[in-house]
Amino acid sequence: MCIVINIITIMQNYSVFSLARNALTGHRNWPQVWRSPPLKDRYDVVVIGAGGHGLATAYYLAKEFGITNVAVLERGWLGGGNIARNTVTIRSNYMRDESIPFYVKSVAMYEGLTDELNFNMMHSKRTMVDVVQTWPKLRELRRRQLVMDIYGSTYEQITTEELRRRIPALTGGGPDARLPVICGMVHTDAGVNRHDAVAWGYARAADARGVEIHQQTAVQSLLRGADGSIEGVETNRGTVRAKKVVVAVSGHTTTLTETAGLKLPLRTMNLTAFVSEPVKPLVDVIVNCPDSGFYFSQSDKGEMVIGGAPDMGQSFRRDIKQHVFEDTVTAMLSLFPSFKKLKLMRQWGGHLDIAHDASPIMDQTEMPGLFVTAGWWGGYKAIPAGGLTLAHLVAKGEPHPLMAPFTLGRFRHLDFVMEAGTTTAR
Amino acid sequence: MMNITCPFCGKRNESEFIHGGPVGAVRPDPNAVSDEEWVEYLTVTPNPLGPVQEKWWHARGCGEWFSIWRDTRTHDIVEAPDGTT
Amino acid sequence: MVQRNRRASGGRIDRNRPLHFTFNGKLYEGFEGDTLASALLANGIRLTARSFKYHRPRSIMGHGVEEPATLVELDGEDASGNRPATTVPLRDGLSARSVNCWPSPEFDLGGINQLLSRFIPAGFYYKTFKWPNWHLFEPSIRRAAGLAAAPESPPASGHFEARNAHADVLIAGAGPAGLQAALEAGRAGKRVFLADEGAEAGGSLLNRNLSIGGRSALDWVEDAVAELRGMENVTHLQNATVWAYREHNLMIVNEREPELDGVLERSWRVRVGEVVIATGATERAMVFGDNDRPGVMLASSVQAYVNRWGVTPGQRMVLFTNNNSVYAVAADLAAAGMQVEAILDCRKTVPPEAVKLVPDIPVHAATVAGDVRGRKGVRAVKAVPVTGGAGRWIDCDVLGCSGGWNPTVHLWSQSRSTLRFDEDLAAFVPDEAVQNCRAVGAAAGDLTLDRIVGGGEDLAYAIEPLWRVNVPGQRGKAFLDVQNDVSVSDVHLALREGYDNVEHVKRYTTGGMGIDQGKTGNINIIGTVAMQKGVPLQEVGTTTFRSPYTPVSFGAIGGLREGWRLFPYRHTPVTQWNKDHGAVMYEAGARWRRPGYFPKPGEGLQEAVNRECRAVREGVGVYDGSPLGTFELKGRDVPKFLDFIYSNIMSTLKPGDGRYGLMLSEDGLILDDGVAFRLDEHRWMISTSTGHADAVNQHMEKLLQTEFPDWQVLITTVTSQWNNATICGPKAREVLQAVDSDIDLSPEAFPFMSFREGTVAGFPARVVRVSFTGELSYEVNVAPRHMAALWDKVMEVGAPFGILPVGSESSHVLRVEKGFLSLGHEVDGTVDAYDLGMGWVMSKKKPDYLGKRSVQLRRSGGGTRRELVGILADDPNQQIPEGAPLTPGGRKEATDGLVTACVWSVVNNRWVGLALLEDGHARQGETAHVRLKDDVIPVTVTKPVFHDPEGKLLRS
Repeated sequence: MCIVINIITIMQNYSVFSLARNALTGHRNWPQVWRSPPLKDRYDVVVIGAGGHGLATAYYLAKEFGITNVAVLERGWLGGGNIARNTVTIRSNYMRDESIPFYVKSVAMYEGLTDELNFNMMHSKRTMVDVVQTWPKLRELRRRQLVMDIYGSTYEQITTEELRRRIPALTGGGPDARLPVICGMVHTDAGVNRHDAVAWGYARAADARGVEIHQQTAVQSLLRGADGSIEGVETNRGTVRAKKVVVAVSGHTTTLTETAGLKLPLRTMNLTAFVSEPVKPLVDVIVNCPDSGFYFSQSDKGEMVIGGAPDMGQSFRRDIKQHVFEDTVTAMLSLFPSFKKLKLMRQWGGHLDIAHDASPIMDQTEMPGLFVTAGWWGGYKAIPAGGLTLAHLVAKGEPHPLMAPFTLGRFRHLDFVMEAGTTTAR
Repeated sequence: MMNITCPFCGKRNESEFIHGGPVGAVRPDPNAVSDEEWVEYLTVTPNPLGPVQEKWWHARGCGEWFSIWRDTRTHDIVEAPDGTT
Repeated sequence: MVQRNRRASGGRIDRNRPLHFTFNGKLYEGFEGDTLASALLANGIRLTARSFKYHRPRSIMGHGVEEPATLVELDGEDASGNRPATTVPLRDGLSARSVNCWPSPEFDLGGINQLLSRFIPAGFYYKTFKWPNWHLFEPSIRRAAGLAAAPESPPASGHFEARNAHADVLIAGAGPAGLQAALEAGRAGKRVFLADEGAEAGGSLLNRNLSIGGRSALDWVEDAVAELRGMENVTHLQNATVWAYREHNLMIVNEREPELDGVLERSWRVRVGEVVIATGATERAMVFGDNDRPGVMLASSVQAYVNRWGVTPGQRMVLFTNNNSVYAVAADLAAAGMQVEAILDCRKTVPPEAVKLVPDIPVHAATVAGDVRGRKGVRAVKAVPVTGGAGRWIDCDVLGCSGGWNPTVHLWSQSRSTLRFDEDLAAFVPDEAVQNCRAVGAAAGDLTLDRIVGGGEDLAYAIEPLWRVNVPGQRGKAFLDVQNDVSVSDVHLALREGYDNVEHVKRYTTGGMGIDQGKTGNINIIGTVAMQKGVPLQEVGTTTFRSPYTPVSFGAIGGLREGWRLFPYRHTPVTQWNKDHGAVMYEAGARWRRPGYFPKPGEGLQEAVNRECRAVREGVGVYDGSPLGTFELKGRDVPKFLDFIYSNIMSTLKPGDGRYGLMLSEDGLILDDGVAFRLDEHRWMISTSTGHADAVNQHMEKLLQTEFPDWQVLITTVTSQWNNATICGPKAREVLQAVDSDIDLSPEAFPFMSFREGTVAGFPARVVRVSFTGELSYEVNVAPRHMAALWDKVMEVGAPFGILPVGSESSHVLRVEKGFLSLGHEVDGTVDAYDLGMGWVMSKKKPDYLGKRSVQLRRSGGGTRRELVGILADDPNQQIPEGAPLTPGGRKEATDGLVTACVWSVVNNRWVGLALLEDGHARQGETAHVRLKDDVIPVTVTKPVFHDPEGKLLRS
């Protein structure tokens, strides 16, 4: 009981009881989810970017390392970057020893996040099913299967019959199809949840522990001190000083780091997604079709949330490339012909930065005190473990073991972590 | 889908082209640079919020490689800042 | 079947063509020209829907794509879901159902949610359903959501189509402004593409009763359409929605009901010089308690039903407005003989020219609708002074509301052009264009006809914004988004909790996220936020307008590309022979359809492969190697070029000789392997792996054109100019001899890794001695037109030698036995030539070639490398799964290796494997451990070669 009381003293507990109690007062007494404190001119840590990674990092800095004099500076609105634009696929079916344990950890953290943050993430562990249409792809997925097993992540092959039983809408890809379905692979650890809840939940919990979140606060440049280390940031609301600054601004990483003369092996790309009109439940797993180049899941609202291939070329414009979009749609219709009658309701793009080897980068830069987390290609699934490991790096000055393979140092001898080209659902 | 001007074929849909990446630094003599310089040449490419010079290949057309300046914010194909296109 | 709300005359319907349709199982009648909505109203059907969250009874509120309330599912041939009834053209036999209610809108069990509504405010699910876990609640939440049922099958007949078009000007919308723009551009000789979402041109003029230059506005429309029809440079489509504005003025148009038989919908990609946005304006709802009750409608929609469809949605009207447009509505209704009880106008003073239009209708200034009576249908509305006060009830069955007009700026905004809030219009209007586009007419904020078409006669527009009615005594919820059941109190709750950005409000309340994407309500949400925060609307801003403007079927977007059209097959002239001989065919990379193996009846994969492999090892086999990428390079700088792109030296080759080589990327990763032959002094031929042919072509052209434009090298892709039959096995020479060739085949005259030109079976041929199997091998290249005949001949004369066709599966086995590398197996983006035991291919003499510096740099790091080894299990019958990891001691920990291949070796009569193993070269003879899920397979580490280690056979 005292645990409950403690939480209440920090933030209003969310439960069916509090909901009922507030209903009786017309919901007039719900407290603010986060404060809007005045911006100070100095913090211990400044986190740039109130997206998933920035907010999670701030939360774990406070919770795990007791660092609470933290400001999260956000150019626009909290949770408005890629966390508002992704397809919420959470999974750990990676190929390499460097990657799998990190994502296994992140998936496990996601599963406990509703309790951790007292905010319903609507985590739905509904499994992901890969629809395999070529033998080389099957070989690659089988390769993952046994490495994943070492780290406790599951991946099982199922027959085409079983695949069609689990996904009745999968009526295409028959024996005479352009790419016939060969079999399925089932990743039971995978799930989806509610992206806004992740942003808001972390923001609320970080705020409750003393972290300040400042929206509409655009960082314009990084300030280098006389000794070459980071000194703070220049914003549209004035100078904010800090000995430690975290850059968590997917897509715009180089835009910021260039203001301090740093060069990073990153390029900014555009990735799009789209949703159908809402319909009654049809597909209860995440369907990934790597050979056809698309994936989707059905949201709790009934929309099919669909993603495909990235666009070519660098882009900071969140745009829809009609030909890329049409390719994704035609691929989808080849396996799900009944979707011809389903309607597109909304589509959007998001930009993210991709590293030279297409794996993430989390490190302290050559500018002491300046940390980056970047190159996340499908970084939504990495938010909890990414935040935890980055908080560890910032607090202790050395990489968390799970992220040790992903430092900038790997480029010194071109020791790439090659996960690229191994899946569609990123 | 952009409308890209091929120097030989004129304006064509982007789907006829393959993107060849930004025009980076000139390839240094690999035997005359330090490890750090070599790694930077390999891995760091221009990533401006604004005009970038990049290579495109008219793969489903005449086969010509050419470069354009394109604004990464708007996708407008712009005159080269240094007037070279 | 009496259409009791149909007027005796009037409307753009054909009363001589009655249509019969069913709605929720009951039979009704309408007319040609009706929409489902107008026909339902004509039949006096009021309850047409239940709302998404609270299951409140709802009726038709609008008359076009803005309709938020009545969504239907169509059955049978037309089957599709979530269609606003206002956009469904009526046809005979149409069958429609309300979405989201069960068993019917009159008696809906989900309506229980109404009673619980105080417990389910915005965002309630973030706060609850957590214990014991969300998964317990999810299925029932999901069933409750989702509106219509998912489609069960593709359309039974017909197909979708896609077309490309170019135009100087695309005009979106064929209302007065669009037609005017089309006439001007058409007369100027421009190529015009005019597309309008409605069934007929005219836009708002169809709904109103206006004059232009003293004539009916509809006559003007008719003349304009006729003139456009006469212009060859004009393409005019109705039922065609411009739904997306893409970069570089690419416009996407969805055309429904195209005239061509069998075409269901057509998707147009139109690249245009200029875009004219003439999309009109959308009327806004009014926000007050119980503003969603059946019978509360948009005022302009009431007008449209009366004028356009000859339908009176009710008998006694009250109109509620904050602007002038409602007075013309009232005048039209009065002229049609309907009873308009009152006009409630929130403005303190109503412009006299407006009042003049409605001499016989009571106008109550400074008055708002404060409450509504009637749960399943409006019975009375409470007129309340804006300053508060008792108010009085006015009986009515329809309440027409006008919250003012929003220019339809979706396309404008999609183009990335900016918006500004216009205080006079109290609406967001187009500001600065960033692509070549302009807005005209109502879309530009010109809400008075005369400013669009000279001589247009209507009342000048004037408005005082009212984002929500704020008088005491409102009991019911005041809805901002009728489709998603978002009310003012939800927005207030969001703001109170700190979700104060308009994007947060939208996401927390789900306002504007329905199928209508908030066309009538978003502005009121923004206004409510602005009022609550005490800031101007401009500061609150809008949420993003995203494509599509209205929902579009995926079938239309996909067009014709299905089945084989998805991407074309590549196949060789032997494909038919392969099929005739029972080959199992599948995708083999780069879109090639290849034979995997040739089973005899009753035979499985392994038996067939063993048979094929034995033929090659002991007798002779033949393999169709046509898909291998082949390029001819010509020019004096080819040697220099090849020395740059291959890791070994090619320039020293003599004409007629060839060499195996590796291509590296500048990163030092292996790009491809293949052979290069020097045909003569300045002509070379190189081959690449099948899957990488296109990538290698791109790689070479890019280097030559962008890095070395002064090098004289000309590359021609000849993959499809030369097909080849590769005859391999100890008896290959005898077979080729028997096939008949004028080439001296003796090993002295035609040694391994050389090339000869001559004839084979009478056909001009290039014969190459390479071997991917480790056996004596001749790759006989002929023109495609000769390939089938050559193949037949080889099979015929090879028969006495026991020749067999060899598929991809056997090729794999044969190369594994030899330890020849395969991209995608042994080469996965981490290994280099040294790891593969091929250090000899990395030239030390050449100071520079692609990848050299990077390989050196990577190896200077000094870390352990994974190196190619052979692996043998103790039990010869133990198969090791390809892709399985090796781990230290077989423990479940970080891997130290990977099984890249494992095949049954006929010559060794056992399973043999290849693996990449940390420090593998130094671990020969040691035991390593393959880690399976519940098992460990100890294996002996060997050299990665299991057949003819000296390589005598392939040189024989």
